[in-house]
Amino acid sequence: MKPVAFDYHRPETVAEAVALLADLRDDAMPLAGGMTLGPMLNLRLVRPRALIDISRLAGLRHIVQDGDKVVTGAAVIQNDALRSDVIRRQVPLLALALPWVGHFQTRNRGTLGGSVAHADPSAEIPLCLTVCGGTVVLRSRRRERRVPARRFFVDALTTLREPDEIIVALEWPRAPAQSGWGFAEIAQRHGDFAIAAAACRATLDDEGRVKDLVLGIAGVESRPVLIDTENFRGGRSTEVGKHLSDHSVAGVTPMEDHVANAEYRIALTKVLVERVFRDACADAERRRNKLQ
Amino acid sequence: MSVQTCLAGQKATIELTLNGQRRSGKAEPRLLLCDFLRHELQAFGVHVGCEHGICGACTVLVDGRAVRSCTQYAVQADGRDIVTVEGLAEAGTMNALQRAFAKHHALQCGYCTPGILCSATHFLRETPAPTEREVRDMLSGHICRCTGYASIVAAILEAADAVSRGA
Ligand code: FES
Ligand code: FES
Repeated sequence: MKPVAFDYHRPETVAEAVALLADLRDDAMPLAGGMTLGPMLNLRLVRPRALIDISRLAGLRHIVQDGDKVVTGAAVIQNDALRSDVIRRQVPLLALALPWVGHFQTRNRGTLGGSVAHADPSAEIPLCLTVCGGTVVLRSRRRERRVPARRFFVDALTTLREPDEIIVALEWPRAPAQSGWGFAEIAQRHGDFAIAAAACRATLDDEGRVKDLVLGIAGVESRPVLIDTENFRGGRSTEVGKHLSDHSVAGVTPMEDHVANAEYRIALTKVLVERVFRDACADAERRRNKLQ
Repeated sequence: MSVQTCLAGQKATIELTLNGQRRSGKAEPRLLLCDFLRHELQAFGVHVGCEHGICGACTVLVDGRAVRSCTQYAVQADGRDIVTVEGLAEAGTMNALQRAFAKHHALQCGYCTPGILCSATHFLRETPAPTEREVRDMLSGHICRCTGYASIVAAILEAADAVSRGA
């Protein structure tokens, strides 16, 4: 339960951090809040030669509105995001999901960027970023580049981040005014890894028909999955739910582990999809009434 | 470059504030903060259970926030302000939260208690009038194998009441 010996580097600027990473490459891992990497180090699941502590880098803690998007620095603490008015108003999905991310005590140290970098298949923040159509901003000594979340997550614990890159920010498109949101997950105990999670954005027209629908699930396959919802546009929000939940599991190949087999994951996913769709529609309804 | 570096096997000098006092000690990079607090600085109120962030026994306040001390390293805590259970009230006295724990028998073996007290301290500062549900949500980050939690919930709710009345 103690990590292997490692070199410790604590840069103060992003430029210093990426210079170190460029030199050390695969031997080094960036360490932020340590809410995932810490346990993995202590259990010796990872044995890096060096850790680069990016938790004190200047300028990675901002939450700002920038035109039609909200930019969150990679080192924004999860609980700070949860209490942020900007997040609550402009990225409601993230505000809904954050209470499900670990516990009060881990959210006090865990970061938004850390969760995205780690890319656990069941993690809430990568799912939200995917459903929102957000972007991951990466920097290395060579360049800065922006990768859409929908491409960034490749597989379990695997992303498009190169070994010499750090995540510096996440970009969240601002929520369209009339869209409603839903998030739900099922875990063995609250705060544990989700067995399955679902997130949804829905917009309805004046007759209560689905105008726009984005649906994603996590914990089921090895990365967040977006469901193709094209055929559900124009459907009545009161009638679509059941078909949508059947449709959402049609193409997925669920993971199996000691907690849940494939069949159980499918059953949970269907329940969750119905739930988040219903919640998102109710939320959209509420927001529309407020605007009128 | 202003990179602070400590190579594997070497020891860095860590200076921090512990329970209001400037303290320093030596730590190699892989030394967990909880072990540093216990073995170097004799803060034995920091309890160590799972050592991978699950049980909550090691929870302390770092810059006012309740966090695990087993999933961070002492070198990371350099310059920080740390409060452990020893610092919650003046030596020999108990604060309102601690008195409520005693009154409600919110501890039996006491292994989980220092961590829960630290969490509750930060939690009540942020949420001065919590609902039972909010207390239970906060407590989900701790494992207590003795009490069954009901007495802990009762104690925290009573302390919230006492604190908001200025007791
Ligand atoms: S010892 Fe730190 S959480 Fe269990
Ligand atoms: S009092 Fe014994 S573990 Fe909580």
